Amino acid sequence: MSTFEQVRGVASDIFGIPADKITAESSPETIENWDSMQHLNLVLAIEEKFGVQLEPEDIEQMKNIGAVAALVGKLQSAAR
Amino acid sequence: MSGWAGEARFTTDLMSDLISNSTPAAGDRHPSSLRLEIDKLIADGAFEAASRRLAELWRREPASGTASFLTSRVVQLREKLSLTKFKLAILRSYTVEPIVPLLQAEAFAYGIDLEVHVGDFNTYVQDMIDGESSLYRFAPNGVVLAVRTEQAAPELWRDFADLAPEAAQKACDRVIKSYEQWVRAYRKHSQAALVIHSLERPSSPALGVLDDQSEEGQSGLIRRINRELRRIAAEFRGVYTLDYDALVARHGSRHWHDERKWLTARLPIAASYLLEMAREWMRFVVPLSGRTAKVLAVDLDNTLWGGVIGEDGMTGIKIGAEYPGAAYQALQRALLDLSRKGILLAACSKNNLDDAMEALEKHPGMLVRAKHFAAMRINWTDKAQNLREIAGELSVGVDSIAFLDDNPFEREQVRAALPEVTVIDLPKNPLEYASAVRNCAVFERLTLSAEDQQRTEMYAAQKQRSGAEHNFQSKEDFFRFLEQEAELEPVSDLTLARVAQLTQKTNQFNLTTRRYTEPQIAEMSKQHEWQIFSIKVRDRFGDHGLVGVAITHDQGELCEVDTFLLSCRVIGRTVETALLAHLAESAAQRGRKRLIGWFLPTKKNAPARDFYQQHGFEKQEANGTGSLWTFDLRSSTLHSPDWIKLKTPAEVNGVR
Repeated sequence: MSTFEQVRGVASDIFGIPADKITAESSPETIENWDSMQHLNLVLAIEEKFGVQLEPEDIEQMKNIGAVAALVGKLQSAAR
Repeated sequence: MSGWAGEARFTTDLMSDLISNSTPAAGDRHPSSLRLEIDKLIADGAFEAASRRLAELWRREPASGTASFLTSRVVQLREKLSLTKFKLAILRSYTVEPIVPLLQAEAFAYGIDLEVHVGDFNTYVQDMIDGESSLYRFAPNGVVLAVRTEQAAPELWRDFADLAPEAAQKACDRVIKSYEQWVRAYRKHSQAALVIHSLERPSSPALGVLDDQSEEGQSGLIRRINRELRRIAAEFRGVYTLDYDALVARHGSRHWHDERKWLTARLPIAASYLLEMAREWMRFVVPLSGRTAKVLAVDLDNTLWGGVIGEDGMTGIKIGAEYPGAAYQALQRALLDLSRKGILLAACSKNNLDDAMEALEKHPGMLVRAKHFAAMRINWTDKAQNLREIAGELSVGVDSIAFLDDNPFEREQVRAALPEVTVIDLPKNPLEYASAVRNCAVFERLTLSAEDQQRTEMYAAQKQRSGAEHNFQSKEDFFRFLEQEAELEPVSDLTLARVAQLTQKTNQFNLTTRRYTEPQIAEMSKQHEWQIFSIKVRDRFGDHGLVGVAITHDQGELCEVDTFLLSCRVIGRTVETALLAHLAESAAQRGRKRLIGWFLPTKKNAPARDFYQQHGFEKQEANGTGSLWTFDLRSSTLHSPDWIKLKTPAEVNGVR
């Protein structure tokens, strides 16, 4: 399963929408309950699932699901 | 050789059992397809099956995302399942919202439908002091007070190096006094349980190693506050401390904390440890909601010891002070600790009885011996059937049993056949067995009575007793042989905890199944129109301890039986008649003309159904919830059986 698919799975759980309705462009504008609390929940779920630590600067860059997946990919390859 | 053949046959039987059973073992499906299946089951109205799959999903993937998925589905299921409802309020000085779904998912795994109210940031003082606050409007069953040292004692945390010793002591006194006032105010407005987080010590004290050289250092003073919090908690019923400092230490301060999240989102705990916080809260929520296990049934081969006794023999199995036997000894020590808390141990294992007994009686490395088991099923029958029999023998419901087995197939089979049983997921590595048992919330107890500590001995005596029963011509002969003595007395400080515990736990011989907390019982006992009696029973085989409770409420000419219950250990031995006769006599002495009482049927209290009828009560009315029975105290009398030697309150106090 690709990093994007895994991120999409986490987002599907957190936002309560089917994974196939989520694209790289999905963002707080297109996902209704992506508010600040859910943003925190998404960050925590990502950290927990991928064993990474997001910096406050990283978190600001998480503007859409594609950006989240790219960030996770970057942190994972840096860890290797 | 024959032992080996037996083992092989059993394996084949089990495989065919599992194949014929439509429930595939865990590990077959990917979590994402499990999610699809759950939604399909819910759409099809198969709620029980959906609930089992949700529990399976949570076991396999206990994480934040799963928790969000699970809680959103539980909302759709909750009314269709028989979950225990519990309302928990969290008062806090930091962000706890992301922990809530994890907590609710854990609760669901324990059969609890947990409703959570989170107080506003740092409003915990107002919330506790103001009787009209959102906290009290929520009417919680339990409250957690989670405050960080940084907020509770800012001087001690931040500015310690600047503080003169007297000022530091003063700050310390102020914190202690505040907590005491909050708890006092809280108890005025609520009888619900309160769990106070004790304060964490700094991982790097302001004065470095010097800090530890005196009791007046930063750590020393925080330790003092924590000691005092424990004292305050002990002064109030239903108030407890959660050792937050030890919790952090258990996982390591550096891992537990996430400074980034604290500074950006006021969340001090790292993502991977939020679940541990939730689990620690569950260790209070589970006993508070009564979802505890009374019996732990354990497998023997590769669980209680390493290896298979039937194949490896006495010299081959691993149990002792050295590795690898030490891992199993650690588990055995954990089991003995449970039995000291009143949890009964049972053996449930597929072995030749003689092989297993030889190991249990004679192996020098064994800590758990045959005498520690209140019941044993060592045979080749399937484990679900054996667990049912163990429940019957020990007079507990199947839902009071927890099951420990290293074999995932056995666990899965028990889960499928007896979903009420708590099946403990043992990790693969035996070194982790002991902590898996120690961390299981179903074994937590918040108070311990003398009965709890002696329970194993009492059940051992019970074994002899039921052996004796077979040799008598009539029941009456048996009752006389038993030489029962019953001690009746009003509830007192000494018995309050046990009385409340019995109202919480007794399911079978319980006429109204009304649950009361310690503070509620204490409150009732102060009002003269309420009478609360307890009964202790002894017989020639041993002491049963406090086994029955009756609560009555005077209303004019009437005396209503609010609660009448008896522990299943003594059902059917006419103790219930003695207790009822005492209620009638006491009500008549107070000038009441009629004794009345409801029977409210539940799934479990069939043993009490005919109780009033058998004692000459007349049915006055019946509605959808139960039937009301009445007894005329002026025209008839209830007699206590003459084979029970009674001690009434006057005699107990030595006044008469």
